[in-house]
Amino acid sequence: MKAVEMLGITKSFGSKFASSDIDFHVEKGEIHSLLGENGAGKTTLMNILFGMIKPDSGKILLNEKEVKIDSPLEAIDNGISMVHQHFMLVDNLTVAENIVLGAEPHKGILFDREGAFREIQEIADRYHFVIDPREMVGNLSVGIKQRVEILKALYHRSDILILDEPTAVLTPQEVNDLFKVLNELKADGKTIIIITHKLKETMAIADSVTILRRGELIGRYSIKEVDEQKLADLMVGRLVNFSVEKKPMKDDMPVKLSLKNISLKKNGKQALNDLSLEVHAGEILGVAGVEGNGQSELIEVLTGVAQHYDGTYMIGDADVTNKNAKTILKYMANIAEDRRARGYVKSFTNWENMILGYHTLSDYMTKAGFLKTREIRKITEDEIEANDIRTEGPLQLTDSLSGGNVQKLIVARMLRHQKGLVLAAQPTRGVDIGAIEYIHGELIKLRDAGAAVILISAELDEIVKLSDRIAVLYEGRVAALRKAEEFTESELGSYMLGHDPEKEEA
Amino acid sequence: MVKMKGKLKDLMTRSGILFSLASMVLALILCAVVIGILGYSPLEAYRAMVKGAFGNSYNISQTIGIAVPLIFSGLSMAIASKVGVFNIGIEGQMLVGSFAAALAGYYIKGLPMFIHLPLSLLCGIMMGGLWALIAAELRNFLHINEVILTIMLNYVAQYVVSYMVNFPFKAEGNVVRTEYVQDSARLAILVPHTRLSSGIFLALIVAIVLAIVLKRTKFGYELRAVGTNPLAAQSAGINQKKYIRLAMFISGALAGLGGAGEVLGYCGYYIPSMTQGYGFDGIAIATMGQNNPIGTVVSAFLFGALRNGAAGMNQSTSIPGELIEVLEALIILFVSTPGIFKYIKKQMKARKAGK
Ligand SMILES: Nc1ncnc2c1ncn2[C@@H]1O[C@H](COP(=O)(O)OP(=O)(O)O)[C@@H](O)[C@H]1O
Ligand SMILES: [Mg+2]
Repeated sequence: MKAVEMLGITKSFGSKFASSDIDFHVEKGEIHSLLGENGAGKTTLMNILFGMIKPDSGKILLNEKEVKIDSPLEAIDNGISMVHQHFMLVDNLTVAENIVLGAEPHKGILFDREGAFREIQEIADRYHFVIDPREMVGNLSVGIKQRVEILKALYHRSDILILDEPTAVLTPQEVNDLFKVLNELKADGKTIIIITHKLKETMAIADSVTILRRGELIGRYSIKEVDEQKLADLMVGRLVNFSVEKKPMKDDMPVKLSLKNISLKKNGKQALNDLSLEVHAGEILGVAGVEGNGQSELIEVLTGVAQHYDGTYMIGDADVTNKNAKTILKYMANIAEDRRARGYVKSFTNWENMILGYHTLSDYMTKAGFLKTREIRKITEDEIEANDIRTEGPLQLTDSLSGGNVQKLIVARMLRHQKGLVLAAQPTRGVDIGAIEYIHGELIKLRDAGAAVILISAELDEIVKLSDRIAVLYEGRVAALRKAEEFTESELGSYMLGHDPEKEEA
Repeated sequence: MVKMKGKLKDLMTRSGILFSLASMVLALILCAVVIGILGYSPLEAYRAMVKGAFGNSYNISQTIGIAVPLIFSGLSMAIASKVGVFNIGIEGQMLVGSFAAALAGYYIKGLPMFIHLPLSLLCGIMMGGLWALIAAELRNFLHINEVILTIMLNYVAQYVVSYMVNFPFKAEGNVVRTEYVQDSARLAILVPHTRLSSGIFLALIVAIVLAIVLKRTKFGYELRAVGTNPLAAQSAGINQKKYIRLAMFISGALAGLGGAGEVLGYCGYYIPSMTQGYGFDGIAIATMGQNNPIGTVVSAFLFGALRNGAAGMNQSTSIPGELIEVLEALIILFVSTPGIFKYIKKQMKARKAGK
């Protein structure tokens, strides 16, 4: 039986179709993956099912009967719950209070607090959730907060659970735990829709999959009919090259950059704590870690944005400790962690952004301080062509490009100006598969050509795939540093959570 | 041809000219409604205004003459906005600039014009610039909000100058003003018996230079980067504080130059309230000109026409000239609230779709 069926769903924002004539269905009791790249329309489609967005046309059937869902409350009444990408929890309420919010159990006219605690504890026990209903939500980790959201759905006795990109914020262990929970729910007869753009996860958890691309339905498949490569090709709309081929790493390459005993306080917190790192020519050093463990501060130190830290920062033979961004740009090109904040200037056109940080080079500026506009535009045009950046040309505002194309422009700028040392911070955040493929390829090329590359990323897959050595950052320290092949994925996950798997085994 | 049309359209939308024009039109319509409600004929009002602004060569000269200080205050606002600072202190900077020019014009004697005039202007420039610099440095080092700072500095400027013109530097006679500046410090009057002086050339040259500097030089490039994305600018090795300092100095200098131009061109002396709120008009003018120097010049002419037209309307009809302030307020409202247009556009689309 079809638990959910959506027929002919169309929704446009302005002239842009987020869903165009989409048919979608999920069988009762299955885990269904809704797969697509950023902007494919996954969230929109599910928001329509959850009553948060009104479609322009189309109808919804639950258990093969047509229903009208005009608000999330009606969705919940119909047995549908949704865990959003951004959790909707109140930090200074307890787990139980968050869960019953809007549907509080009463004893007379009073809120029955103990009753709520009891009921939630029962549900948690049934599904083996380790959780204390009396804990403040603000004190919980991201993984546990997500658990609270799921509990909320169960408390509402929902049979259909939608999860929007639930793994984006989780470590590998937490993903495993989540999948265990989902399988239990499935065994209990619940129907689950999981939105994702990750192929591996779709293969690991789903029974069937629907693929969207640019608001259009590409197809629905049983998981047995597909593999990762096929899913990728369908999702992107062309053949995707996944494998990266690297030349073997050479030993005894010179150290290009070294940090010694770096400590940095930020907002009264020890953000970096006696951190040391070395990067050699011809290697990609991956820096892994759960976000908020000092990555941003490490980037600030590396790029010269932070200028008040203890320790020593050397690039080659030059001591650049506490030097400013202008000095460091002479040695190291970078891809900014937050491209909207630091990667480009919003009011600048492509040609202006193409030289940002390098605009004082004599290629771009006369001695009198005039920009060589014509030359810069020509160069930008060449770079747009060479890097397949989708834009009208050098005169278009960079801010009006899609995220992937902005990132390509930033990468093109980095490639053009790099001198053998590169910092790539979250280089593929929020960009499409095509751009990811391209950016990964370019980083490998750099490395093969003998450049030293520091890759800081929250995407563990990316780190594992590209890095020669991996450093795991935990609470501002390097918790582990080894050759990539000497880590198992679960070891990486343990170090990311601050455990030491070696000690725990002993 | 199609491509050219596309480019033109692109240019129009990019610099927001269309948007500014639309704001203007909408304000005119709404103001007409207000005039109607008050029991006057909007048509008569606007006709009187156009006549007052452009009716004859005298009126036209006056309109252009008023535009001169407005251009300076608009440019002053524009450059501060470009670096991300909201300079509400233009009025005060104009005041101190005009007063300094008045003193230099009177007390320095025996110099030939080609030295005395530029020197007097320079005094206005420096005084205005330094006055603005106070705000810039307080913002840079003590992180005090520049809006509050510049408003406070307006009061300080007003009272200090008021004291000076009332006591130590008061001219002979009953009127509270400074002495006439020397002839060697006067800007030439272009049309006799009007306020149109050669200051207009100064204003236009400054605007063009500013446009080129902003668009084509390292200085302008870095300044704009600091203004829109301070963090990106920092990562690109650009010194934010330096640019706030420089831009504020230039902003104040332009205001000071505007004030000096009024003294050396129009009045011949400093008299309290001579700046007539030009400094505050600069906010609206620059906003309407999208902080673009050339756009600012155009919008300063429009505001000059409004002001002069209002004066004409006051004289030739019974309609109060104060209505012009309603119109100015409406223009500011529309220009600074792009959301209104988005809403109107949406409604229009919805209606079209409904049909
Ligand atoms: N509220 C909105 N207003 C305008 N456009 C939107 C809105 N929500 C989504 N979109 C657009 O619709 C498309 C699909 O978005 P979304 O459903 O969030 O994609 P996904 O979840 O697959 O990443 C995107 O191009 C997005 O920019
Ligand atoms: Mg989404």
